[in-house]
Amino acid sequence: MNSFFERRYVIAGIFITIIIIILARLFFIQIVDNRYAVYASNNVRRQIIQYPARGPILDRNGKILVQNEAFYDIMVVPKDVKPFDTVEFCKLLGIDRDGFDKRWEKAIKYSRYLASPFEKQLTAQAYASIQERLSEFPGFYSVPRYLRNYPDSVAAQFLGYIGEVQDRDIKRSNGYYHQGDFIGITGVEKSYEKILRGQRGVQNWLYDSHNKRQGHYANGMYDTAAVAGQRLTSSLDLTIQKFGEKLMQNKVGSIVAIEPSTGEILCYVSSPTYDPNLMVGRERGNNAAKMWADPYNPFFVRPIQARYPPGSSFKPLSALIALQEGIITPQTTYNCPGYYMAGNQRIKCTHVHGVVNLSGAVAGSCNGYFDMVFQRIMDRLGPRKAEQTFAEWRKNVMKFGLGNKLDLDISGESRGNVPTPLYYDNKYQKGAWRSSTIISLAIGQGELLATPLQLANIECTIANHGFFYKPHLIKAIGAKNVIEKEYLERNYVGIDSQYFEPVIDGMQAVVDHGTGIQSKIPGIVMCGKTGTAQNPGGENHSVFVAFAPREHPKIAIAVVVENSGEGAHWAAPIASFIVEKYLRGYVSPRASGITPEHFENANRLPDLEYELKLRARRLHYDSIRKARRDSLAKIKALKSAEEKKKEE
Amino acid sequence: MSNQRRFFFNVDWVTVFIYLALCTIGLLNIYSAVYDERHASLLDTHATYGRQFIFIIVAFVVAGIILLLESRFITALAPVFYVMTVLLLLLVLVIGHNIGGNQAWINLGGGFKLQPSEFAKFTTCLLLARYLSGPNVRVTELRSFGIAALIIGVPMFLILRQPDVGSTLVFVSLIFVLYREGLSPYFLIIGFLLIVLFITSILYNPVWVMVIIAAAGSLIIWMFRRKKRFVYTIAAGAAICIAFVFSVKFIYNKVLQPHQKVRIDIVLGIKSDPKGKGYNVNQSKIAIGSGKLWGKGYMHGTQTKYSFVPEQSTDFIFCTVGEEWGFAGSVTVIGLFLFMVLRLIMIAERQRSPFSRIYGYGVASVIFFHVMINIGMAIGLVPVIGIPLPFISYGGSSLLSFTILLFVLIKLDSNRMGIV
Repeated sequence: MNSFFERRYVIAGIFITIIIIILARLFFIQIVDNRYAVYASNNVRRQIIQYPARGPILDRNGKILVQNEAFYDIMVVPKDVKPFDTVEFCKLLGIDRDGFDKRWEKAIKYSRYLASPFEKQLTAQAYASIQERLSEFPGFYSVPRYLRNYPDSVAAQFLGYIGEVQDRDIKRSNGYYHQGDFIGITGVEKSYEKILRGQRGVQNWLYDSHNKRQGHYANGMYDTAAVAGQRLTSSLDLTIQKFGEKLMQNKVGSIVAIEPSTGEILCYVSSPTYDPNLMVGRERGNNAAKMWADPYNPFFVRPIQARYPPGSSFKPLSALIALQEGIITPQTTYNCPGYYMAGNQRIKCTHVHGVVNLSGAVAGSCNGYFDMVFQRIMDRLGPRKAEQTFAEWRKNVMKFGLGNKLDLDISGESRGNVPTPLYYDNKYQKGAWRSSTIISLAIGQGELLATPLQLANIECTIANHGFFYKPHLIKAIGAKNVIEKEYLERNYVGIDSQYFEPVIDGMQAVVDHGTGIQSKIPGIVMCGKTGTAQNPGGENHSVFVAFAPREHPKIAIAVVVENSGEGAHWAAPIASFIVEKYLRGYVSPRASGITPEHFENANRLPDLEYELKLRARRLHYDSIRKARRDSLAKIKALKSAEEKKKEE
Repeated sequence: MSNQRRFFFNVDWVTVFIYLALCTIGLLNIYSAVYDERHASLLDTHATYGRQFIFIIVAFVVAGIILLLESRFITALAPVFYVMTVLLLLLVLVIGHNIGGNQAWINLGGGFKLQPSEFAKFTTCLLLARYLSGPNVRVTELRSFGIAALIIGVPMFLILRQPDVGSTLVFVSLIFVLYREGLSPYFLIIGFLLIVLFITSILYNPVWVMVIIAAAGSLIIWMFRRKKRFVYTIAAGAAICIAFVFSVKFIYNKVLQPHQKVRIDIVLGIKSDPKGKGYNVNQSKIAIGSGKLWGKGYMHGTQTKYSFVPEQSTDFIFCTVGEEWGFAGSVTVIGLFLFMVLRLIMIAERQRSPFSRIYGYGVASVIFFHVMINIGMAIGLVPVIGIPLPFISYGGSSLLSFTILLFVLIKLDSNRMGIV
């Protein structure tokens, strides 16, 4: 022991202090700071997403409308690539040296250690020739990817297409979608997205510092398997859909056929159409651009988005409302001199009908008769009460589904149009309009607009004697064929079934010996009504609505062929072919000598020059309307802001 | 017979038990850190842990031999051992084996390599003790201090030539030995001050640091203006400090190697480069930090198992402890070390002979310095300096030299009643 004995405490003190500092630091990084645990798990854990197969869509008989086809992406991990014969490899993939260099640079830029696609979406055939030799090129491997494939190339507007998600979809989905995922953009693909897409699976893998896979994280406790999307059974009948599209080729218009006893849409043709396969694969972008530029606009879903004045096809409905209101009876007659005097204006009839009763008027499409009926309805409370009676009439019309969306299971539906009393107040001043002012509504002209779907739905209602089922395109969901409850409910239109017979009599006569005689199907009683929808500044649209057979109707149909004149000439024959094909499976020779081939080959596309001018004008008006709407919105916003200020 | 019994009775078994515990912890953690499925057995000599097992057996044998030796033999041969290691250190500079930039190994054949710098710690402690315990030697005297500094300085200089900065710095810890033997506490204070000044002048503008030192110095001088000697001391101290700060930038930029600069920058948080230069420390911190309170469980550390942490069986072995045993395990290991070091100080103080006491302090200082630097580096408190964690890190030379270092003290202690 020497004099510096107590220095042991100093030294021990220094040692203890340093150890305490170390322990404090350890306490901080191990207990207090949670980041390190997260970093450690990020270091080793990778989530690999398992993409489910998208659900297929079938027609009503189980035939495939859309399926998934395997394509192959050639992936590359630059780090694993060993020197190889680039010329040979380029030849194999069918790319040139420049293309190879570009792809290679892109892959390296992305990552040296992670896989990135080198060549995307090779078809199965192209892949077959590469497959065996791919193992000669270490670092490259293939990944199957599933893309939509349409074996019959039909019903493009119904099926819609899928595409990569946009930023707003990702935001809206609460993290379900990731960059590069596919989502339904139009049609069924869009509206049934949640059913079709299935459920993504996730696998958690452990990786070491060399990015080599080491095993499942936590023995796969947090892994989920991908659940394939459910299949959809559509209500379409592939045979008549194909037939309909063939009949409508080189024409503008649409066909909608519905099964009255269920509301299932059998045929949903929008013409001109496109091959849905064009919206898949590597050429998708170019194809889409071409179609967007097409003046006939194949992306326009005419069955639900095009609006036409129903024309004479509206007459049965007009009659039914009058019968229900007790304004007329089936025996009410009208002596048609070839015109009708509404107030002091003279409205032309198709020809001189002489004395006609209700059925006769429907059969002969007598404008005068229905003008008379309409005026009687409007004026039943006196000529000055037109506004009140019109409102009632409007309500009755709307019960048939006009002027409102039918809630089809595909979005983008148009409401059509049934003018409101307010509309006429604005147009003519309040109280300044009479039944004679709006007399053109009586024969489905004027401001009345309907989509082909709405027209077909009216036929369903007539065929059912007073009710319809909500029209729908998807019949059943999944392997269990779930049917949505709302499609089993009857929607009554408020007309007693007894009133339908005389109208249907008339409609049968239309086809048997009236305007539609040309389209009479031997051995099948079809009840129909031709129509000619006025087209300002162009040839009229040919319209035909019908259902068949008369007893226990199996199909209700509406056909519109644009710019083709009278309903009897174009729409009616096409409708009759579809009806017969659906009921019998074939088309029999007709007494009138018309054949499907003639209609398939006819070209009724409107004059493009005129059409383009019209569209330019429409765009012009749209821009004016938009400017007006924007300024109105601005004023509104300003006003509400002022009000808020005042409140404060 | 009675001699034998007395001999075993006098061995400090507590220290021996701590030693055995640390060796076992080391072996188990090496096994977990570098576990290799092809050589699953702990005793498989193809794997690192199998070799470490052999080293431990050899270390036990050597420890036994040391306990059976005569104490006088050790004391007498101290200069011989010292000269031998100095010669080896010179030899290693000529025929040495270069691993990781350090020419520190002499190849012995059979896959075994000798690292003379590890043994230099032991022999330097021994010769220092021998010299300072001699008659008429006082550290306070310049001559004695000079010779002591020379004894420490020669191996330091040779090791720095390898260049193994870590092992060189270990010798700095012997300043505690000199302090205990009477060196002025100013050496410790100034040493501490210089470290603080070095860090602050790197972190902040050196001009401001100098201004603050001058201001503080003037204030203290004014307060104690009556005590003349104190004023001179403070004035001299402040002048040295200012001169040091003045030269910090020069030392930092010209004397230090670029990789050393980066390591310092990373610890001080000036640079952050978790993917490049800071990768080791960052992954090491992640490993230890992710252990939380109880750890991920033995053999379940993902950071070490999937080799995110480099040097996991040697310099960064503490990562395995921190990750798999958590805070609890870390505290246990550090606690064992602290207990051992304090126990060694206690043992040193109970010696009758100055030689044993001085040597005891040498052992305690060297072990403590290793623990402080190694663990401090793993948790990012100290720049990366590659020195092993005593008894735990993989490595035969290191284990053997620490065993000799420790057991010579235990042997001296068991003889404390006798006269050396």
